[in-house]
Amino acid sequence: MNALILRVAGRFLLPMALLFSLYLLWRGHNEPGGGFVGGLVAAAGFTVYALPRGRAALLAALRWPPAAVAGTGLLLALLAGGTGLLAQAPFLTHQWVLTEGGLALGTALIFDVGVYLAVLGAVTAFVSYYLDEETA
Amino acid sequence: MLLTLITFSSFAIGPWLVWLLRAPRRHLTPWVALLPAVLFAGLASQVPAVLGGQHPTEAWHWIPSLGVTLALRLDGLSLLMALLITGIGSFIFLYAARYLADHPDQPRFFARLSVFMGAMLGAVLADDLITLLVFWELTSLASFMLIGFKPEDPASRRAAQQGLLITVGGGLSLLAGAIVLGSAAGTFRVSEILTQGPALAAHASAPWVIALVALGAFAKSAQVPLHAWLPNAMVAPTPVSAFLHSSTMVKLGVYLLARLNPVYGDHALWTSLLVTAGLATMLTGAVLSLRQTDLKRVLAYSTVVSLGTLVLLLALPHPLAATAMATFLIVHALYKACLFMVAGIVDHEAGTRDTTRLGGLARRMPLTAAVALLAGLSMAGLPPFVGFVAKELVYEAHLEAAASWLPVAIAILANGVMVAVAGVVTVRTFWGPLRPTPQTPHDPPAAMWLGPVLLAVAGLMLGVAPGLAGGLVNAAAEAVAGHAAPTSLALWHGLTPMLALSVLTLALGAGIYQGWDRLHRVLKARPAIDRHGPDAAYDHLMRGLQRLATWQTGVIQSGSLRRYIGATLVVIGLAVGTTLWARGGLAWPTLDGALSLHALLPALLLLATAALLRAPNFMPGIVAAGMAGFGLALVFLFHGAPDLAFTQFSVEAVAIVVLLAIVGRMPFATTDARSPGQRRTDALIAAGFGAVATGVLLSVLASPFDQRLSDFFRAASVPEAHGRNLVNVIIVDFRALDTLGEITVLALAALAAAAVLAGTRPRPASSSPVEEPPR
Repeated sequence: MNALILRVAGRFLLPMALLFSLYLLWRGHNEPGGGFVGGLVAAAGFTVYALPRGRAALLAALRWPPAAVAGTGLLLALLAGGTGLLAQAPFLTHQWVLTEGGLALGTALIFDVGVYLAVLGAVTAFVSYYLDEETA
Repeated sequence: MLLTLITFSSFAIGPWLVWLLRAPRRHLTPWVALLPAVLFAGLASQVPAVLGGQHPTEAWHWIPSLGVTLALRLDGLSLLMALLITGIGSFIFLYAARYLADHPDQPRFFARLSVFMGAMLGAVLADDLITLLVFWELTSLASFMLIGFKPEDPASRRAAQQGLLITVGGGLSLLAGAIVLGSAAGTFRVSEILTQGPALAAHASAPWVIALVALGAFAKSAQVPLHAWLPNAMVAPTPVSAFLHSSTMVKLGVYLLARLNPVYGDHALWTSLLVTAGLATMLTGAVLSLRQTDLKRVLAYSTVVSLGTLVLLLALPHPLAATAMATFLIVHALYKACLFMVAGIVDHEAGTRDTTRLGGLARRMPLTAAVALLAGLSMAGLPPFVGFVAKELVYEAHLEAAASWLPVAIAILANGVMVAVAGVVTVRTFWGPLRPTPQTPHDPPAAMWLGPVLLAVAGLMLGVAPGLAGGLVNAAAEAVAGHAAPTSLALWHGLTPMLALSVLTLALGAGIYQGWDRLHRVLKARPAIDRHGPDAAYDHLMRGLQRLATWQTGVIQSGSLRRYIGATLVVIGLAVGTTLWARGGLAWPTLDGALSLHALLPALLLLATAALLRAPNFMPGIVAAGMAGFGLALVFLFHGAPDLAFTQFSVEAVAIVVLLAIVGRMPFATTDARSPGQRRTDALIAAGFGAVATGVLLSVLASPFDQRLSDFFRAASVPEAHGRNLVNVIIVDFRALDTLGEITVLALAALAAAAVLAGTRPRPASSSPVEEPPR
């Protein structure tokens, strides 16, 4: 698939989609958003970018193989859940650090990053097989 | 903390070994033996406490709502097993570092071996039935990967699969048994079950628990007729045979039976099952070992005999039986691991392990011969080796129990065969005329002989001074019997009936050894044993399963996506529609305020649906379906579910892009190829399903909204989870386990799809698959 409009649009859409996805991920705990939507938006950005460019371009843009991205996501989610065990609480009991400014940082964010990566990795792994081999 | 560290350090370190032992750091491999050695030291530090009557226990919350705890506990029996695992493990690791030195996959081998060791330690230290079960299954999985270490070899693949299916099948039975036992006892904690003791054996569930647990344990410990996998597992590299399939994993079933022996020991079903299985296994193993010529398979069948002996000892009513069992457990682990390593050395150095082609090796490898002789004498049960101590104890337990003459006779026959096997493995292989072998053998490097030497010397030392192990044996026997059973182990008991039986055994063994070749020919000439044995039955079963799968696939899987969707919709529609109608759930909601500006959205949805129906081919169809999806997202957005709307928008966007990419690649027909009849059927299914869905939604709207869950989440979200977005808080916190499951499914589905799709696309050889990063 080689379309000029898609090629040019993809170049601008990818960074914007990534920024937006991170914004969604970050605000997710208090405002609409979250790791799942964030991962989907990022995956959409990568897909649009890669459609006219081919599989090699997708893998290059991702830096890591999609399966590794998904695996890292699973591992992060597991580790975030494991911190509960260290605190003598059941698995997946999130731990929190509350700052003065009212900002609450917790392992829930790590878990959500895990969800984000798992979704991103799964979708891109799937998509990568429908892309042209070499169109660079 | 110590027990937890001991259990999990192998899991934590194991996977890194793949990286750590790679090419530039290959010379570090022998140092891996430090892992089991350190664990052994840690366990040894607990010996005084355990012998002093303490039971170090560590418990971590796991699934408190189900009463499942990650609990670890050390008593005499688990300490004995754990010391055997790590002690023999140290030598095996060292041995394998040399044995597989030239194998390209050696780092992966050590990763698997470490994971196995961790699973084994977890299984014997577990003080919770569910924890035990998880580690139990992990040992089966690790064994599968280790037996299948040479996946290019069909025999290796078959043996790995057979071992896995039999032991994991037994594991399923054990799971059922554990759940029944847990609910009868009101706890999954093993120590609490043991304090309830024989009272549980009077519970109505007892026969079920006994049958289910025994089946699981028999499968794991290769009792007849589930023994076939063990000799077949000998295709694994020798360190695996020495470690998993003789000294540790196969003892796990015996361990579990011993664990529960204080509870069910007096139950008639327990005794009869164990006696029957034990005797049958001893007899079968003894006879079948005579048919083998492969050193490792001969030894494997003698392991089967030993496992039968251990199971039989558990069922003997005399208190001495527990002591005999604990002693024999140590003895067998010492000499069998040693002899397997010797067999591996012979195979490695001489290039064959066929007994008919070996002889006189002592001249070429004197050290190995000496070690083999020491271990062989212990196996044959000759004084002053610890094997003699154990055999005397076994005979004494038999005579004291005095149930009938049959067990004693079978025990003598089995031990006679053990003597003959010891003779074949040592005398026949290392003495007599030197026979030519594919390679010129010589003694192996130190890493390979160190373990066997120390194990053989330990067998001699414990024989001369059996008191050294006395404390540990008594502590273990106490755990097996359920009460203190102090016995002082001694080499010499005087002129006792047991000594007479020992002499009889030796004479019988010598006779079998003399006639080994003749017996072998006679037994080998009975192909019926191969044709009708359990091994053949396994093949029949597997072929039957495949035929069933083929038939079922042909019936259900037509290969047409349209049919699958049609069938799914018909089933769901009928099930839901019938339920709704039969239960009288159909209702009509009040539509107050329904006619507002929002009513424009359904109009948009209808428009999109009409466009979808009119679409001449896939392209406009996908766009129209996307339009319907976006319209639905708008409905969510306007009705106070922005998160749902967001997700729906993203899903639609990704779906359209992906679908367009697929349509671009796949050979879809550009026009609708259905016949008018098919179109009518499809229309009917679609309309019917739509009607049912509409009915359900209207009825849902008509029933009053249950606020309880929403109220809870609204109240708990900020104080407990520090987040105001309920949806996301539910996803990452309140129901995080569901999410973890979902993303696991997602990732696995993507992997599976990738595996399928990778096969469908034509690919130039140069491109890299998705699993490997472009470097």
